[in-house]
Amino acid sequence: MSKKTLIPIGPYHPLQEEPELFKLYCDGEIVKDIKWETGYNHRGIEKLSESKTYEQVFFLVERICGICSTSHPFAFANAVEEIVGKEITDRAKYIRSIIGELERIHSHLLWVGLAGHFLGYNTVFMWAWKYREPILDLFEMITGNRNSYAMFKVGGVRRDIENSKIHVIRKTLSDFRKKNDLLTGAVIDDPVIHARTKGVGILTKQDIIDYAAVGPTARASGVAIDIRKDDPYAAYPLVNWKVITAEGGDVFAKAEVRLLEMYESISIIEQCLDGLEKTKEGDINIVVKEIPEGIGTGRAEAPRGEVFHFVVSDGSSSPVRHKIRAPSYVNIATFKKSCIGQTISDATISLAAVDPCYCCTERMAVAYDHKSGRKIWNANDLINISSGKTSELKKNIIRQK
Amino acid sequence: METNLVIENFKENFNSVIVEVFKKSEKRVTVTIKPDAILKVGEYLYKTAGFRFIIASALHTKRGFEIHYHFSLDKTELILNIHVILDKENPQIESLSNMFNASNWIEREMHELFGINFINHPNQEKLISEGNWAEGVYPYRKEFK
Repeated sequence: MSKKTLIPIGPYHPLQEEPELFKLYCDGEIVKDIKWETGYNHRGIEKLSESKTYEQVFFLVERICGICSTSHPFAFANAVEEIVGKEITDRAKYIRSIIGELERIHSHLLWVGLAGHFLGYNTVFMWAWKYREPILDLFEMITGNRNSYAMFKVGGVRRDIENSKIHVIRKTLSDFRKKNDLLTGAVIDDPVIHARTKGVGILTKQDIIDYAAVGPTARASGVAIDIRKDDPYAAYPLVNWKVITAEGGDVFAKAEVRLLEMYESISIIEQCLDGLEKTKEGDINIVVKEIPEGIGTGRAEAPRGEVFHFVVSDGSSSPVRHKIRAPSYVNIATFKKSCIGQTISDATISLAAVDPCYCCTERMAVAYDHKSGRKIWNANDLINISSGKTSELKKNIIRQK
Repeated sequence: METNLVIENFKENFNSVIVEVFKKSEKRVTVTIKPDAILKVGEYLYKTAGFRFIIASALHTKRGFEIHYHFSLDKTELILNIHVILDKENPQIESLSNMFNASNWIEREMHELFGINFINHPNQEKLISEGNWAEGVYPYRKEFK
């Protein structure tokens, strides 16, 4: 039997957003097996939710994820409104969709930037994060916060978008579209990025169905699951847009799906802004006096895929049971398929391709020799291996020309 | 219309195991079945009817332990909740994880938090609290304070 080296990629640090530990069992350069451990920072949010009122739960679930912080209140609102059985106003629907799509843009930009960083393309990293900044400024203007927007409530939204501010949003979006052209061009036409990401970390259609993966991870393998189309909510049935899919199933396809989805998001927001102009300012809430007894299932398409909330109400002011499933819960499990058989330098980007939290991988990855316990590589070394492979490729491609 | 057809087909196949069908709307249907039939029902939904397994939610109520298996029929807006009620003292049910990997983690989680035993689960280890939680203490049960 050959010797295997254990490479743990993962944090033990409570300050990380998503502490998880990936144990890569490697034979030489090749990953042979992967195990996953989590729970370092289990917050018991489902249990905590049972002791909060429905209004408070919105703020609680908003804190599940720092990057897609609006998708959980979105799904929770859908679930509770299903129990209540009332339609919210059109203006509230448009505002909800605008917040959801702006979030998708900033989350995808964050991913593109970090993926670039991991591949040794720090220009892409700096561009993407620079272009993300005006989107966060928009959030600050609309909601008062750059993150954790506190916009949702049962029966509507907490703040209106004044019609006088609409032109600022339009201007920022049209500026961003041009920048996104640049970014998409830089990623999609680059031969080195092709060489690093095509054929790496492939998930087949069958893998997606087996693991029930969702979001861009599924769509990049040709499985067109998008809750915005499949179970329409908020303003998504009121506007025209299309679901972006790719067939490759590799890291490149996932990047392609995310980059092209941002154009759809821009278009959705622009149509929602048209909708806002047609509805009456201030008409953002309906009165919901009490939550009746019953069960509600709410879904929302977060940047990473389907968020699912299941709420059981007994007619009191708090949920009796609140089950939450975030998209990474099913997407992370696909690592067993995408990483095994890859080299270590490709495993980094394969792990990153489903868009789990990156800072985990970045800070705490250390490679030990399995036998002697001697430290071989730390996180920076791992990134260096990955960027080294890119520069090697760059040289070769330039030489060929 | 399509929802009715799905329910009819389901009834035709599993009439003997259905306890109750509750159609809340065209988009949401809850079917309570006998727990012994979960494997066959799961197989039918996943392999024949084209459903996607979303997740399962366990509940601890006066009736005992309940599990809602949420299945989604993408493209039709339908979420089908397969609802089972398990024994109060000795909650156990067949695992679906030998059929699809999607239920692997959530069954481990329900085992860990509620103490529900999943028969024939490929690897029923703790998912969240490995190494830092007492054996036999289930934090999501109602008696846990």
